[in-house]
Amino acid sequence: MNYLHDIQAFLPGVIIAFTGLITILLESLKRDVRTMYGVSAAGVLAALIAAILSSTSEGGTAFTDAIVYGGWSSFGQVIILIGTLFSILLSADYLKSKSLHFGEVYAMILFASLGMLVLAASNHLITLFLGIETMSVALYVLAGLMHYRKTGAEAALKYFLLGAFATGFLLFGIALIYGSTGEMTLTSVAAAASPTPLFLAGSGLLLTGIFFKIGAVPFHMWTPDVYEGTPTTLTGFMATSAKTASFVAFALILVRMVPETSYESWQSVIQVIAILTMIVGNVIALVQENVKRMLAYSSIAHAGYLLVGMASGGYSAVLFYLFAYTIMNLGAFGVIAYFERTKNFDFTSIESYAGLGSRAPLMGVLLSVFLFSLIGIPPFAGFMGKYYVFASAVQAGMIPLAVIGVLASAASVYYYLRVMVYLYFKPEHKPVHLEKASVLFTATLILLAASTLYFGIEPLVSVTDLFGFVTGISP
Amino acid sequence: MEIYAFISFAVLAIATALGMVLNKNTVNSALMLVLNMVSIAGLYLLLQAQFLALIQIVVYAGAIMVLFLFVIMLLNVDDDEHLFDRFRVKYLIVTLLAVVVFAQILYGIAGVTDLLPELSSDMTTVGTVEAVAEVLYTDYLFAFQITAILLTAAVVGALMIAQFKADPETGEQES
Repeated sequence: MNYLHDIQAFLPGVIIAFTGLITILLESLKRDVRTMYGVSAAGVLAALIAAILSSTSEGGTAFTDAIVYGGWSSFGQVIILIGTLFSILLSADYLKSKSLHFGEVYAMILFASLGMLVLAASNHLITLFLGIETMSVALYVLAGLMHYRKTGAEAALKYFLLGAFATGFLLFGIALIYGSTGEMTLTSVAAAASPTPLFLAGSGLLLTGIFFKIGAVPFHMWTPDVYEGTPTTLTGFMATSAKTASFVAFALILVRMVPETSYESWQSVIQVIAILTMIVGNVIALVQENVKRMLAYSSIAHAGYLLVGMASGGYSAVLFYLFAYTIMNLGAFGVIAYFERTKNFDFTSIESYAGLGSRAPLMGVLLSVFLFSLIGIPPFAGFMGKYYVFASAVQAGMIPLAVIGVLASAASVYYYLRVMVYLYFKPEHKPVHLEKASVLFTATLILLAASTLYFGIEPLVSVTDLFGFVTGISP
Repeated sequence: MEIYAFISFAVLAIATALGMVLNKNTVNSALMLVLNMVSIAGLYLLLQAQFLALIQIVVYAGAIMVLFLFVIMLLNVDDDEHLFDRFRVKYLIVTLLAVVVFAQILYGIAGVTDLLPELSSDMTTVGTVEAVAEVLYTDYLFAFQITAILLTAAVVGALMIAQFKADPETGEQES
């Protein structure tokens, strides 16, 4: 075994792990949060570069088949690290205004990110489990940052209890799969699998655990409460990077672990879940008065669109969608975080956004860009994402699935546009003193909006590159 | 004999798990958990995993259970008077007898219906400390390292949650 090769194969994760440990050490050495902020952002940037470099290289497995690298999995890591980087950049100002600006927060973000990287590279059921656990444990803590508030305590407790329950399902599923095949590496499981009741029960439990993590209906109940109680920028992190990691792991399982004979039955399960997720997510989002809860239900709906891509085998479409979803959703949460920084004013209800479009013109425009992209209006990345996902469903002959997806997505216009109606067409009912955003914060949001636009206009370039990545590795 | 021991331990594990969940007295629940962990250690021993069985008893039945009991005592969940008086040796003996009899019945049924599991003989070497260490530091090195980070994250996170009681500046405290 060549350890140097293995470490290089998992270089982004190694960098993130070291940065996380260094951040904790620095925290005890020196009580200056700015340093921790800078160190963690620099570490994530370095890891991002490493991930981009390795995504073009030849893929393979490392650590005695514990992980895969290159191609897909590396591109998934790139998306995760982009999400982490922007969450860290947006978090500083927001956390400061909530008096939550501690160095450990960055360490926890980094550990969560490491868990996601492990998850996105997992080629072994133990790696999968450890990735999910590392990610979840760090996210439970981040969800509980504001535990002196009722919503914060509810978020942390609910997420922890339900998450632990889902992990139990996942672990039991893994145990049953191991019991029926005697193998733990994904490819060997596929080779040794036979559709015995034990294996089927194991797969079902494994799927349950994963569906919980991606927030698919009927395992979505935790999402709105957790998203509402978590500090907003970290909610963005949770909604984008964590979801990306789970989806990449799911794709790896579908491609590598599911035996060809039973692939179709898995597909039909995912189809049913996708339809449920799209419909329930969009319908409940229609009646939400709280903006964060609305975004939570919308993220359930987006998980549904992504599942359409998974069901039809359009994994590269799913990856592009995840990328687009990460930048636009993080941006939306970022703008909401900006408004929530305002002291002595509660920004939870949609009505509190009335008339703010003219008070904060730049933020209003940015929020509109992100929401338009989330709807899937043509010049933005969200449209291209939806287009690829539904196109792959049509190509796979799943026309009803695509039709339901498009209809559900049309319904979503209502609740996204409603925010903009309040921003621009309702009179301001109470004068609010909005705090000024720092240059870095504004620049980050503008960068996110610009890339939302860029990857909507120039998707062909990026997507052919993407297809290059995907075909570059035999998964 | 081994299979009979397996069935007894399995029955005991399930019975104590149920007892733990169904028991209204917290201390009794905790003691049920101890019994449960000991019976699972017995299962490990039957699988020739001596190391795992030892660790199970030392770590879970020992350290973690003591912690549980401390927390229960400190939290003062129940009325102090009712903590111990309902737990009698009589009940323990009855439970154990019931387990033995039930295991006997299951053993009989399984023997008649041909459902007894077969024990494989190549299990005798995998449970030793050497064997565990050898795969842990080679084949499962990655999992080992990630577990280290996971535990670090858990400890730091637990401290964070415990430390930040309220909003330090505004002293905001709703709940």
